[in-house]
Amino acid sequence: MDKEITDYSLKRPSAELVGYLTYLTPQRIQIFGRTELGLFEQLSSDLRYENLAKVMVQEVPCLIITRGLPIPQEFVRLAEDRGIPLLASDRSTTQLYYLLIRFLANRLAPSTLVHGVLVDVFGIGVLITGDSGIGKSETALELIRGGHLLVADDAVEVQRVDEENLHGRAPQSIKHLLEVRGLGILDVTKLFGAGAVRDEKEIHLLVELEEWKEGKYYDRLGLDPPQTLTILGIPIPKVTIPVRPGRQLASIIEVAVMQNRLRSKRM
Amino acid sequence: MMLTRELTINNKSGLHARPASLWVQTSSRFRSNIKIKHGNSVVDGKSILGILSLGLSTGSVFELLVEGEDETEAVVALEKLMIDLESQDR
Repeated sequence: MDKEITDYSLKRPSAELVGYLTYLTPQRIQIFGRTELGLFEQLSSDLRYENLAKVMVQEVPCLIITRGLPIPQEFVRLAEDRGIPLLASDRSTTQLYYLLIRFLANRLAPSTLVHGVLVDVFGIGVLITGDSGIGKSETALELIRGGHLLVADDAVEVQRVDEENLHGRAPQSIKHLLEVRGLGILDVTKLFGAGAVRDEKEIHLLVELEEWKEGKYYDRLGLDPPQTLTILGIPIPKVTIPVRPGRQLASIIEVAVMQNRLRSKRM
Repeated sequence: MMLTRELTINNKSGLHARPASLWVQTSSRFRSNIKIKHGNSVVDGKSILGILSLGLSTGSVFELLVEGEDETEAVVALEKLMIDLESQDR
């Protein structure tokens, strides 16, 4: 079975069973419940195979019959001929719909790997970015020591879960690890306990650390229009923080989070 | 100008902890921006966790992207490292 599911929506073909094929959408998983099978059985025996053959085309990635209903002969024949996986479920169509859409939307959501550190600061997901060696992990360590939570260091898998939200998590192989130059790779769960980490977090704010450049303009009044950066099509508020020895980055980030929260309430 | 190279992992253990740390040691000597692309993932070539997250093993092919003032030297050094890692197996 080399069928691939690429569409997260589902299809209950009933109008199609009686010949209305304009909106066939064969790339979706086809679900047959009481209604569809009832309709199918109303058809005369010579029409059954003929009509079903137009719905169960080669392209169909999978077909599911719900409620543990008996599977008519025609389904088995077409599934075998056309290499379509034929599955059965004991659940009702509505229950199965709910489960499958939630699962598929999650699995098929666009995702990307971002270089940065994701931390949960006061419940706000903050993605710290910046060139290597600027001190992202060190800042994260300070934040963890201050009671905030680590989600991912260095590489963050970012997934667009719906039209408005991005979720970040660590790639499995480096989950809950933090690398600090001079100390090596730290297991944050072992060092600080299970309360210092979390597996996944929504991304609310981007903090970009950059080398302090003399003469570069930085926001001094906090009145500049808020910056955003678009990841996977979703704009995320962004603040740029210049780094210089003696600046307490962890405290600055804590305050940036509080300020961002105030701002978003005002809007 | 950005330099790109397609490299294959030929040493036995892949780019796991120790080879990855040698890689990072080498790449960190340069000022250039160094990235590793593998499939759809791009990670910082100076970050050990980033590299480990790719799980590069023997036979894996990745793209090396280097941009900056010392890009040529960086590419030469990293290519040499890959060869050294391979010859250490023998």
